[in-house]
Amino acid sequence: MKIRPFRLSVFALSLLIPTALCAVVLFLVIYSGQAIMFNGLHFLTDVNWNLGDMYDDPVTVHGVSVPGGAEYGILVFIVGTLVSSGLAILIAVPLSIGAAIFLSEAVPGKIRPVLSMLVELIAVVPSVVFGLWGIAVLVPFIGHHLSPTGNGYGLLASSIVLALMITPIIASTLLDALLQVPKENRESAFALGATHFEVVSKAMMPMVRATLVGGIVLALGRALGETMAVLMVSGGGINILPTSLFSPISTIASFVAGQLDSAEADPTNMSVRALSEVALVLFLITLAVNASAKLLASGALNVRKRQS
Amino acid sequence: MACGLALLLVVFPLLDIVWVITVNGLSAFSVKLFTTNTTGASGGLRNAIEGTALITLFAMLIAVPMGIGAGIHLSEYGKNKTGSAIRFLSDVLTGTPSIVLGYFSYIIFIISFGWGFSLAAAAITIAILIVPYLARITELALEQVPNTMREAAYALGATDPTVVFKVILPAASSGVITGALLALAISVGETAPLIYTAGWSNYTWDGRFTHSPVGYLTYVIWTFIDQPDAQSHALAYAAAFLVMLVVLAINIGVRLTVRRTKFV
Repeated sequence: MKIRPFRLSVFALSLLIPTALCAVVLFLVIYSGQAIMFNGLHFLTDVNWNLGDMYDDPVTVHGVSVPGGAEYGILVFIVGTLVSSGLAILIAVPLSIGAAIFLSEAVPGKIRPVLSMLVELIAVVPSVVFGLWGIAVLVPFIGHHLSPTGNGYGLLASSIVLALMITPIIASTLLDALLQVPKENRESAFALGATHFEVVSKAMMPMVRATLVGGIVLALGRALGETMAVLMVSGGGINILPTSLFSPISTIASFVAGQLDSAEADPTNMSVRALSEVALVLFLITLAVNASAKLLASGALNVRKRQS
Repeated sequence: MACGLALLLVVFPLLDIVWVITVNGLSAFSVKLFTTNTTGASGGLRNAIEGTALITLFAMLIAVPMGIGAGIHLSEYGKNKTGSAIRFLSDVLTGTPSIVLGYFSYIIFIISFGWGFSLAAAAITIAILIVPYLARITELALEQVPNTMREAAYALGATDPTVVFKVILPAASSGVITGALLALAISVGETAPLIYTAGWSNYTWDGRFTHSPVGYLTYVIWTFIDQPDAQSHALAYAAAFLVMLVVLAINIGVRLTVRRTKFV
């Protein structure tokens, strides 16, 4: 085969992307190796994250040097992540479905681009700006009007901010799908005497259901990994499982972001290794969610092809 | 109609965010903001503005050639199994939470290489974050170029690089530039990957790529808003306003021009 230097060089450039991804996974695994050995499965089931006594001599457990009394459990953060993202999905799905149907059915074609651009713009607002708005507007509101303790930071504030951030993902996915439903389907449903509500709910929504589910899962992946906004409004709860909507929480991502100082203070480096294991867990969770979104999306394409 | 209410609930927070940040941000504006460095939690934002600009600049310098090169491969020569695998892994990298990338860079550059918090670590991290976007947007833009143009160029005896650089890239330039601008907006607004790589500095850049932390605007937003005094809050809002202005201006501009070219 002829050697083509240009093709080879752009191929090499494109290989850098998988290389970067593999390097991320590989180094997280290697670096957290000792932590994985030390923690075992307790890592996922323990409630307490305790850095131990960093000023005393380190002790050696299972051949690994750690500060005395250190224990690393991330159950609280796993629960915080899943519950806040789950609630965010519960809030975001009805809102996005409503907004997408309104945009595709009730808005004249001339205004639609403007409104759908507004919805898309929500997705590009930086996470830290959402967090700032959360602190300035949302948290005081929850504290004054909803929370029995008067403290607005916590699970509810995190879920609402997350819901706002993921709504445009679901809404614009659904809007694209709704606009692609063939005109004939709509018109024949109308011709059969269906009301507008029936046309949307019985003729159009079933056709876009798979796409909708794919969009929701994609949004879930984004919510699970969201860091700054949650870090700023979650109240940073550790070592206790959330009991109400107003409990302070931490998600896996926000916990990692907030732990820099304590990680640097550990002379045995064990907390840095444990945090690396935390990051690895977060990566695996989002990978699983995004991969299923991808599978659902490809399934959605098949359905559409079969129907048309 | 309930659906209209839903749209209102979706759009209202965006308008409120823009409103709150603009009002508070503008009232904190002064010339001093751009001419003095941060001292403690007061002073100006010169160091942070410069830091964000530098991180973005070097991240783009690394990421744009890589991303466009990868996009060229995926669009022109990557319609096979290897190409699909690269595309899939690139999407996985896009979906990876930015804090995970930041922590990875912390392990590699700060701990293993011993660079300390630095411009190089921050720029490389942001570059890893935006390369997959650039690659996929470039690929999409190049795919829009009709095949007849490629065939015509090859028929005239043009080589691979000539076809790509003289024919396809110019034809797809607006799409590629769009991608680069969106990547720029992402890198200006990122925070999480910088916490573990850039650190923070009260001074402007001293010209060193390693062993010298840099300040950045988004750091000001999330740390200064937790300070008790009004002066720090004003700085946080001013920084948020600057970041939001850049991000929204790029995104609105891109959307308006792309829409116009699509309709003409």
